[in-house]
Amino acid sequence: MKKIINDPAAVVTESLRGLAAAHSDLLRVEYDPAFVVRADAPAPGVAVISGGGSGHEPLHGGFVGHGMLHAAVPGAVFTSPTPDGVQAAISASTGSKGALLIVKNYTGDVLNFETAAELAAAEGLDVRSVVIDDDVAVADSTFTAGRRGVGGTVLLEKIAGAASERGDSLDDVEAVARKVIGQVRSIGVALSAPTVPHVGEPSFDLGPDEIEFGIGIHGEPGRERIPAEPADALVERMLSAVVDDLPFASGDEVLLFTNSMGGTPLLELYLAHGIAERLLADRGIRVTRRLVGPYITSLEMQGISLTLLRLDEELASLWDAPVSTPALRWGK
Amino acid sequence: MSCEASDVAEAIRAAADVIARHRVELTDLDRPIGDADHGENMNRGFTAVLATLDTTAPTTPAGLLKVVATTLISKVGGAAGPLYGTAFLRAATSLGQESRLDSEGLVTALRAGLEGVVARGRAEVGDATMVDALSPAVEAAEAAKGEGIAAQLAAAADAADEGAQSTVPLVARKGRASYLGERSIGHLDPGARSTALLLRAFADAAR
Repeated sequence: MKKIINDPAAVVTESLRGLAAAHSDLLRVEYDPAFVVRADAPAPGVAVISGGGSGHEPLHGGFVGHGMLHAAVPGAVFTSPTPDGVQAAISASTGSKGALLIVKNYTGDVLNFETAAELAAAEGLDVRSVVIDDDVAVADSTFTAGRRGVGGTVLLEKIAGAASERGDSLDDVEAVARKVIGQVRSIGVALSAPTVPHVGEPSFDLGPDEIEFGIGIHGEPGRERIPAEPADALVERMLSAVVDDLPFASGDEVLLFTNSMGGTPLLELYLAHGIAERLLADRGIRVTRRLVGPYITSLEMQGISLTLLRLDEELASLWDAPVSTPALRWGK
Repeated sequence: MSCEASDVAEAIRAAADVIARHRVELTDLDRPIGDADHGENMNRGFTAVLATLDTTAPTTPAGLLKVVATTLISKVGGAAGPLYGTAFLRAATSLGQESRLDSEGLVTALRAGLEGVVARGRAEVGDATMVDALSPAVEAAEAAKGEGIAAQLAAAADAADEGAQSTVPLVARKGRASYLGERSIGHLDPGARSTALLLRAFADAAR
């Protein structure tokens, strides 16, 4: 394993020190327990808080700032944060209008955030949670852990943050968040495995000509292993899975989010995005908003994910609202 | 036969030692079906438990189990932290302020722990999780109630081993392995394995 690290056990802490140094105008970092919080905390409106394992940067700490998250709680690499960290972030960022926790549907995240929400409620804070489960690769059934929260999380955090910024009540921010969750769908593929620093070897074995179709954000499998194929065919396969699921239909206006899992360069990412735009146009689906880049990653894993969010006027205007965070910045 | 708080502390130290020695094995079990960190997370938690025990000395079995619970909850993360944390917390609560742990108390504590895991994780026997190891272990400890704590724990550890092995042919229905569907068949569940290891450590410490 070659990585730019010192001690695997110190990776998250040392990375947070760099984040704090680079963006001291936007945020500050606490270390024990660890969380990232806006420099101007507590929030005047509803505090929008998220978190999860580290290794998905810029998710979530990179989205702390004006118009998006009020606090983010990083866990160890690929491991959800503990309840005391989440509770500390809630306490530090929540003002008089309560807090909305954005939780990805992973067992660990759900259990730890659930516990933290109970602790915060016991302190008298008005805390609600929404669980995002946009991954179409996983069967949604009461007999499984259910669909995972993946790329849609980025869009949800932006839109919920914008709703808070315009002064919405906790009820209203929660309602917007639930609307996004109802209308967003994603799928991911992996071309190679990531290496978790404290493990030191790749998380899974993938042959040179194999692709894992339907990965989660840790590179964990979801659907099937297929032979590598040209980008046209792969993007069509991915889009079909997403479009058929909601389903998205001709005439829909959508946001298309083409995401690198960390190791796929922009050359390939834009290539895939271009194909996706063309294929959506062929279906009569109008792409009116875009996001392209590495925003929810899986360490250095090669691969991409595609996320579609059906837009209405409200969601489009919340997406367009100014945002100023380390990783997303526009209009301000 | 019953045991003192100091015996419980000894068992917890033995458990930490077993987790440290099986750290790589647990992570390897997690690799094909999860995200390859179960051994790492458990070891981080139990290393912190040892550090806490060096600075605090609860005088009741419940007090010691509560230290394990709160430390695991705050240090492990993932799914294992809240699940094991809840198990130890419920076990601690079930024991009240008793200064000694007897056969009856052991069964009560194990059962409370199991119920806590089931309530938090919403998993049942057959879902390929730690419940598959813990549930038969509770039954075995109950059945061996007349034979004393050491025999009960030995029986529980045997049952947990067998229960963990029973996850191999199962389709995982909870946790990260559930995303694999049919492809989760043929894998020993890492949580079931760590449960069996913990019970074996307790049994060996009680001998």
